[in-house]
Amino acid sequence: MAKIIGGITTSHIPAIGIAMDRGIEDTPYWKDFFSAYPPIREWLAEQQPDIAIVFYNDHGLEMFLDKKPTFAIGCAPQYENADEGWGIATIPPVTGETELSWHIVNELIENDFDPTVCQDIKVDHGLTVPLSLMYPGRKYQHLKVIPVCINCERHPMPKPSRCYALGQAIGRAVESFAGDQKVVVFGTGGLSHQLDGERAGIINADFDNECMDKLVSDPEALTRYSNDDLTEIAGAQGVELNMWLAMRGCMLGKVREVHRNYVAPISNTGAGTQLLLPE
Amino acid sequence: MTEKKEIWGTIKFDGPMATKGFALNKMCYTFNNAEGREEFKKDEAAYCDKFGLTPAQKEAVLKRDILALEREGGSIYYLAKFAGVLGLNVQDVGGLQTGRTTEEFKAYLDSQGRGKSNG
Ligand SMILES: [Fe+2]
Repeated sequence: MAKIIGGITTSHIPAIGIAMDRGIEDTPYWKDFFSAYPPIREWLAEQQPDIAIVFYNDHGLEMFLDKKPTFAIGCAPQYENADEGWGIATIPPVTGETELSWHIVNELIENDFDPTVCQDIKVDHGLTVPLSLMYPGRKYQHLKVIPVCINCERHPMPKPSRCYALGQAIGRAVESFAGDQKVVVFGTGGLSHQLDGERAGIINADFDNECMDKLVSDPEALTRYSNDDLTEIAGAQGVELNMWLAMRGCMLGKVREVHRNYVAPISNTGAGTQLLLPE
Repeated sequence: MTEKKEIWGTIKFDGPMATKGFALNKMCYTFNNAEGREEFKKDEAAYCDKFGLTPAQKEAVLKRDILALEREGGSIYYLAKFAGVLGLNVQDVGGLQTGRTTEEFKAYLDSQGRGKSNG
């Protein structure tokens, strides 16, 4: 049986990719942020997962408002990145996966989730920045990626409780897959931030830390928030917490946190990083 | 859940706003591509007309009025691409929306995080 061996939460903001391209990870502004990653990279190097399920949101590269899925899952052998318009370097293609991904799709629909199924999508910084962070020098081609995209742009968005439940359904699908693949799950984005309006710039570090605590010990407490609640407490883009909840849902039972970091501000956000292992 | 919660300084980007802003967002979506960015830069007003922007949207584009663009249905994801064309980053855009310089906006961000302990 395929097995989820760990969960990783990480920011995915473009500024991180740009900082890596410029090689300024060790500057005073960035070093507290990048210092979170070597232990996670070591864990990945040690464990050698075969597959990564990456929860991300598309910020207007592939999924424009004309056809915007609430939940989408990729079943393609490869994913391209492309120009996003404001200067982040395009990265080489990401390797996909076409067996577990279809199994997940079948299981999701059997369990009353009805995602958009994608055989050819471009992936944006929401997915590529985390991969670049985990595998510096863009050495990620060996890892087979299953993108799961959640609408975080236009309301109505899927509720936190629903994102968590989606994660649980995916976690159970992985467990029922006949294979011996090692799977890691990424929850990307967040934490508190708001880019738009007169309220732009709000960060809620206390809430972010509470989210990281609860993600470990009591994720269901976080599913009681509505997206409006998250907007009010953590800013309009604070709803990216939904990807973290989906990741946590995948892990099904109890988890232990083996690594954590939090830095605010990183660009306009509170940037959290965690490595969670199943107990 | 169905009631609309009003949050100060925040325009909820929902169905009505997305309807209002569709043409504007569609134009900004083309800024993913170098051709779109170049064509816009050559003649901004003509590019707005090509996508059927309303007079209010067009005026806000020409004036770089980010808050007005949001009131006219712009989604921040696509407005960020517009800002990119103008060479602005998210701190610049934050400053423009909050009446701060970019440095003041960064100081505001910092005051909620690392700046708290650094004094
Ligand atoms: Fe994001």
